[in-house]
Amino acid sequence: MATYQTQGFTLDNAGKRVVVDPICRIEGHLRIEVNVDKDNVIRNAVSTGTMWRGLEVILKGRDPRDAWAFVERICGVCTGVHALASVRAVEDALGIRIPKNANIIRNLMHATLYSQDHLVHFYHLHALDWVDVVSALKADPKVVSEIQQKISPWPMSSPAYFRDVQNRLKKFVESGQLGIFNNAYWGHPAYKLPPEVNLLATAHYLEALDFQKEIVKIQTIFGGKNPHPNWLVGGHPSPINVDGTGAIGAINMTSLNMVKDICDRTIEFIEQVYIPDLLAVAGYYKEWAKYGGGLASQNVLSYGDFPEKPGDYSNDSLWWPQGVILGGDLKKVHDVDLRAPDQVQEWVTHSWYKYAQEQNGLHPFDGVTEPSFVLGPATKGDRKEIKEIDEAAKYSWVKAPRWKGHAVEVGPLARYLVAYARGHKEIKEQVDSTLKALDVPITALFSTLGRTAARGLECALTARRMRYYHDQLVANIKAGDLATANVEKWEPSTWPAEAKGTAPVEAPRGALAHWVKIKGGRIDSYQAVVPTTWNAGPRDARNQIGAYEASLMNTPMAKPEQPLEILRTIHSFDPCLACATHVMSPEGEELVSVKVR
Amino acid sequence: MSDTFYDLMRRQGISRRSFLKFCSLTAASLGLGEAGAQQIAKAMETKPRTPVIWIEGLECTCCSESFIRSAHPLVKDVVLSMLSLDYHMTLSAAAGEQLRANAHETIAKHKGNYILAVEGNPPLGEDGNYCIYYGKPFVDVLREYAKDAMAIVSWGSCASWGCVQAAKPNPTRATPVHKVITDKPIIKVPGCPPIAEVMTGVVTYILTFGRLPELDVQGRPKMFYGQRVHDKCYRRPHFDAGQFVERFDDEGARKGYCLYKVGCKGPTTYNACSATRWNEGLSFPIQSGHGCIGCSEDDFWDKGSFYDHLTTIRAPGLSNLGVEGTAERIGLTALGVAGAALAAHAAVSAVRQASSRGRNDRVSDVEK
Repeated sequence: MATYQTQGFTLDNAGKRVVVDPICRIEGHLRIEVNVDKDNVIRNAVSTGTMWRGLEVILKGRDPRDAWAFVERICGVCTGVHALASVRAVEDALGIRIPKNANIIRNLMHATLYSQDHLVHFYHLHALDWVDVVSALKADPKVVSEIQQKISPWPMSSPAYFRDVQNRLKKFVESGQLGIFNNAYWGHPAYKLPPEVNLLATAHYLEALDFQKEIVKIQTIFGGKNPHPNWLVGGHPSPINVDGTGAIGAINMTSLNMVKDICDRTIEFIEQVYIPDLLAVAGYYKEWAKYGGGLASQNVLSYGDFPEKPGDYSNDSLWWPQGVILGGDLKKVHDVDLRAPDQVQEWVTHSWYKYAQEQNGLHPFDGVTEPSFVLGPATKGDRKEIKEIDEAAKYSWVKAPRWKGHAVEVGPLARYLVAYARGHKEIKEQVDSTLKALDVPITALFSTLGRTAARGLECALTARRMRYYHDQLVANIKAGDLATANVEKWEPSTWPAEAKGTAPVEAPRGALAHWVKIKGGRIDSYQAVVPTTWNAGPRDARNQIGAYEASLMNTPMAKPEQPLEILRTIHSFDPCLACATHVMSPEGEELVSVKVR
Repeated sequence: MSDTFYDLMRRQGISRRSFLKFCSLTAASLGLGEAGAQQIAKAMETKPRTPVIWIEGLECTCCSESFIRSAHPLVKDVVLSMLSLDYHMTLSAAAGEQLRANAHETIAKHKGNYILAVEGNPPLGEDGNYCIYYGKPFVDVLREYAKDAMAIVSWGSCASWGCVQAAKPNPTRATPVHKVITDKPIIKVPGCPPIAEVMTGVVTYILTFGRLPELDVQGRPKMFYGQRVHDKCYRRPHFDAGQFVERFDDEGARKGYCLYKVGCKGPTTYNACSATRWNEGLSFPIQSGHGCIGCSEDDFWDKGSFYDHLTTIRAPGLSNLGVEGTAERIGLTALGVAGAALAAHAAVSAVRQASSRGRNDRVSDVEK
């Protein structure tokens, strides 16, 4: 390849190659390679998923009621989303309708994950791309206190508090052991915050680290532990008993009180710490509304979530709507159908797998995964050490999913665009007022900054939604409904000889769905198409690039050897590579067999 | 110059007096006397923050996520004041070359004195290329970083046993750390994930006492993995009384009866869940209505359905007797203590009696 055009981008791999491996502050293993031109502008981008686990083959022949526990282990960061997708898909296959309480508890646990996951992403996985921790040592704590009191009613705002944090930081730096902050990009010219805002954000990095563990306690109450709480096909395992003997061992008044308290504290933290910080930091990085847009202005996909009616994923039931926008046309939103064979398909032309016909994509019900780790002829290095990847050949453990053949972006920004285009009232108001506050046009959303802002705004909504579900649960119990599980079809003897099902989950990182086939009471095939597969996936048969690759295009780098700009944009997607690269054959152990649709 | 834990505390404005008080309290909470307090003080005065390189193989990051849930100590204090976490894929600010340089610097500067923490495991299939670090097979990086480590901590069931990706048919040949690194002390901290306070408890134990915790024959710290979930389960009296949940959300479930009949693996699972509990002692799976799935046990994915009654565990034909035999064998071989075997025996005998007398009836003559 020298130069070629795709999706409005001109790719040119002639310039200097920059390799970033590993990308840190993500889940899993990701390698990014780019070529920069003589002005250090990115002209070619290559996203390589560098791990593969094969969970779906492991599921073959297992009890479908166990599947949630296996697939939950696809990811411990967005913990529970795969378990939720699994119980929904199995219930779809077996025609099980879950009780109202179970639906509310699942929605509450899901909203809880959103709030914690987004908070951790902003402060612990993304903030250090924008916040220079070492610069915070130069801050005047009095000025920090004034800023804090101006932007938020958050009580931890005295000069003495910020002085304490600064002193702790100072002593830490002076110890000469910088630990997690060692050898980073401090002093890099792309950092723009004044020392005072750096100190403010660093203080909140530590506060958020303390607080995130409180949010997840809702999952612990209903699921027994976090990470990896427990779920149940047919409903939810935690029974409700607010009156009689044994109430102390079930969901009862004290646990409901605790849930309510956590919801309220979460709302407070998100609204008084996260959102003001997001706006304060974003104000200094408005130029990042120009970079990192990638596919966002073209094609985005959301499955929607938070069904009001159990098992109903239509827009009548969903709080967040589903839909696809193509070519940036916000006036027409396409409907998603997970069963339609021509909609969701995966390609492996540039992935380390083999299809009989590599120019075709396969729908997940007909999916095939036969690993084939072959490096292209232009690779620099070999199987023992790859120096530079050959993207003209196969180059990633991630497949390339497409919607009706289109590469799309998924995640908070995609959800917001779909909801905005569908006229979702809450989201429309929130977006309009934020754009006004930052004084930027709507096109600013199609960017690294827009993606990061959408995630924060969404977190504010999910925190309030947690409280909504708590209230809904209490109201339903008050109305006399205590049921949490429907066990009518618990025994495999009640199941049809063959069944297949599918269900969506809109996970924090984007559109997720599982497809399951059941035969003789056992899993016959299992497939998952995952948010980071959509975003991190490589090129396809037509050489269309994926969302990560597109987002890096045309971004100028200040110092290519210190790849802060790459981290900013890639982190704005919140990568989760263990999710992206677990895909596996429905053929079980027969890894050499290839099924053609 | 490297700093000691004590220096750091002093420079954070903690007086010597408070420091010694802290040592006494710590010693007391660990059941140690004044000599223990002096030992802790000495350790903290003389040791620099222990460097840690934390790498991730085939895994899901649930161990790191659990680690940051620690309440006692808070993980920010672990990271700022106890350890020097020089390399961590999920927390380190640096990436790529810069992050890799951190590992090399720590290995060069602290040869033989750093801890290698491993989350996940190396796949050996396809020449190790199912998990690639810096373009190299992860297993090569693991060997390189392990060579000069003082000890290895195998976080979670992936590093300890293989966990989900090693479940049958283990398509990537995912392999636990101790089968690849055979010349270093390895502490296994199994669980999917391990409990946060167990993770930080193991770390602070090493820092405090300057030695590795006492391990059982399988390499797990005895203090956390010496007893079964069943042994300390608050629902145990219902087990002994033959009061069981028969189906999810039935009357027994609402009353908090024993989950044994809906598949609870507490009787064969060695972990601290029922004593330490999760997320600051708030709950654990059984308390929230679901049986234990046995996630800290070797091979737990391949021992039948999570909802199967334990009788199916390697007990062809003779269901009740089989359980008894299995529980006894586990008690004897894994724990090596006759008392534990006896307890298991008693427990299972109680079930046998309960099932022979019909459901939810009280059994008055439970063996003690």
